[in-house]
Amino acid sequence: MNFDLTEDRQMLADTLKRYLAEQYDIETRNSVAYDMPCHSPDKWAEMAELGIPGALVTEEAGGFGGAGFDISVVFQAIGGTLCPEPFLGTLMASRLLAAAGADQEALVDGSTKYAVGVSEIDAPYNVDFTETTATAAGDAHTLQGRKCAVYGGADADVFLVVAKLDGALAVFSVNAADANVVAYPMIDGGSGAEVVLDDTPARLVLADAKAAIEDAINAGRLALCAEAVGAMDATYAILLDYLKTRKQFGVAIGSFQVLQHRTVDLLTEIEQSRSIVVSAAAGLNDDDATIKVAMAKNLIGRAARQVAEEAIQMHGGIAMTWEYAVSHYAKRLIMIDHQLGDTDHCLSQISASYAA
Amino acid sequence: MDLSYTPEELAFQQEVRDFFEANLPEHISAAVRSGTELTGEIMQEYHKILSAKGWLATTWPKEFGGPGWTPVERHIFDVESNRYNAPRIVPFGLAMLGPVIQNFGNEKQKKEVLPGILSAEDWWCQGYSEPGAGSDLASLKTRADRDGDYYIVNGQKTWTTLGQYANKIFCLVRTKFDGKPQEGISFLLMDIDMPGIEMRPIRLIEGGHEVNEVFFTDVKVPVENLVGEENKGWTIAKFLLTHERTGIAGVGISMQAVEELKALARTVKRDGKRLIEDPLFAARIARVETDLEAMKITNLRMLFQAQKQGHPGPETSILKIKGTQINQELRDLARRALGASAAPFPGHVTDGNLALTPPDAAANAARYFNNRKTSIFGGSNEIQRNILTKTMLEL
Repeated sequence: MNFDLTEDRQMLADTLKRYLAEQYDIETRNSVAYDMPCHSPDKWAEMAELGIPGALVTEEAGGFGGAGFDISVVFQAIGGTLCPEPFLGTLMASRLLAAAGADQEALVDGSTKYAVGVSEIDAPYNVDFTETTATAAGDAHTLQGRKCAVYGGADADVFLVVAKLDGALAVFSVNAADANVVAYPMIDGGSGAEVVLDDTPARLVLADAKAAIEDAINAGRLALCAEAVGAMDATYAILLDYLKTRKQFGVAIGSFQVLQHRTVDLLTEIEQSRSIVVSAAAGLNDDDATIKVAMAKNLIGRAARQVAEEAIQMHGGIAMTWEYAVSHYAKRLIMIDHQLGDTDHCLSQISASYAA
Repeated sequence: MDLSYTPEELAFQQEVRDFFEANLPEHISAAVRSGTELTGEIMQEYHKILSAKGWLATTWPKEFGGPGWTPVERHIFDVESNRYNAPRIVPFGLAMLGPVIQNFGNEKQKKEVLPGILSAEDWWCQGYSEPGAGSDLASLKTRADRDGDYYIVNGQKTWTTLGQYANKIFCLVRTKFDGKPQEGISFLLMDIDMPGIEMRPIRLIEGGHEVNEVFFTDVKVPVENLVGEENKGWTIAKFLLTHERTGIAGVGISMQAVEELKALARTVKRDGKRLIEDPLFAARIARVETDLEAMKITNLRMLFQAQKQGHPGPETSILKIKGTQINQELRDLARRALGASAAPFPGHVTDGNLALTPPDAAANAARYFNNRKTSIFGGSNEIQRNILTKTMLEL
């Protein structure tokens, strides 16, 4: 057992953090994140050159990472600056393509941007209730249904879509040009899309894909948890600075015990969050990965909400403004809970495992 | 980063399991499992078993006769000892005074004090809190007046845990009466049978006798019993408290409590189903188990950090706050799981043949009430937040 990052991962973390600090200050980020396509194709290309997609992909699949701790290192840095580049789609697509034994060269070099459609309006978190269906049409398939809130949907080249084929879960590849993609900015930055599939031509990537989809969701959840830790760290640092400098009643507001103790509680929850990400990252390929990751997403969902709401409250009005960075961190921290399974959904996954 | 055990760590885990299989008597584990108050004899018997193996002083380095365990080995011992329902090691000599003597004691004190702790011959108790000095410990009033080669000690200590079994006590006493309160405190060792020391029991919320009041009337204490310098006791007091907090996360005991809770919820019925199938109750377990899963890692991360810097730091306050919250939540759920059957006063059901169901859970309400102490003792959780404010937030 040890808790040190390997040298390679430390380098990856340092490189990425340096790049993001230089390139994605909060003003730049906001100017990119809320205007379509809600990411920067130039910065995407630069980050691909830095090897970020490759860090999310295993060696067997043509990358040089792909382990739980590679994922957590990358996404923690992304969360620290609220970087809106759509690497979540890259990660999840890579897991699905790997399960299918498909080529990932265009994913690793960043030339193809993937978005993964798992959620539906009436089945946001549980793919068993997927209603999108596939029909065989000669050698190909067509899809009928609608995927909602597909992250990175505005500028994706390819959608990997979860659909039912003969009653079983399968993964299909849909070219963006072939589908009716209604894209929009998300409230917390980055793009999303409704992918409306109406007799849409699709290529079968993987049949009987339940296990592969579960793995992709687990990896995606881990990434979101790590992203939240990065965002919580950043929010906490801004809050601490504010407590020391903002004066009311003639003294720094950080001298008030009522705020001190609440801040300590945030520190405690952030350390717990860091720990649960370690647990999920270490267990990503284990048999009980789904439970370990659900635990992480549950704890992070609670902690992120506490950090977001308390940071706004302790700042007061300033954190309600668009101009102040905390408002954007808070939005991301809250909305992460709406991606790939919220606090309650994850809790019920854990508790359902007890009855056996 | 790697959370899996190395082959050496796995071998150590097996060694610990083998040890408990072979050496922990059934009457001891049964007493722990029952959740009722342990007798001094049982605690002492367990200490001697560990001492014979050289495993009593789990946190001590080899040079002082400890096993010199790594943080992971300590974690493994903590988890396994709780899995086998071994008692908690009474911490006052081992986890508190031991490190104090190793760091602040003179050679003579090292020679005289440490062996008695290691062999479990001496049972130390703690004279810190006073009726007027709880969270505000530095305001303590028990005084030690110098008279030739002696200090004359007068005053009162309280919340002295398991003092009724102790033959020794370490105390914070006031040796200077002006200036800052923190700068007039000294750290003094005494024998319980010194004339003028009187111990009186305090009955606790659940009815048990765990803590005591100690009265000091003109107690003559040799000057050589002073640890460190006169009036420098506050530094020692704080050092001791950070050591007290390192085991305080209670990861092993909470892991065992989760398992017992799940087993209980699979046994008892509610609404015609096993309680574990009640989604609301199962969700409560799931949430606290999730917090505990994180706590395991937080605890280990901080133990590694402490090892790197040579001593535990203020961040151990995080362990204390979160660890006690988790433990208290588990005790709360274990009480709720019993429903109406949680209410009978343990030990007062007159027909001894009439088992309360399930028997090992009969004391769950008592345990819940008793464990409210954990967020109060060792520096209340509010004091821990003050410590973190000063050290980690620098506010």
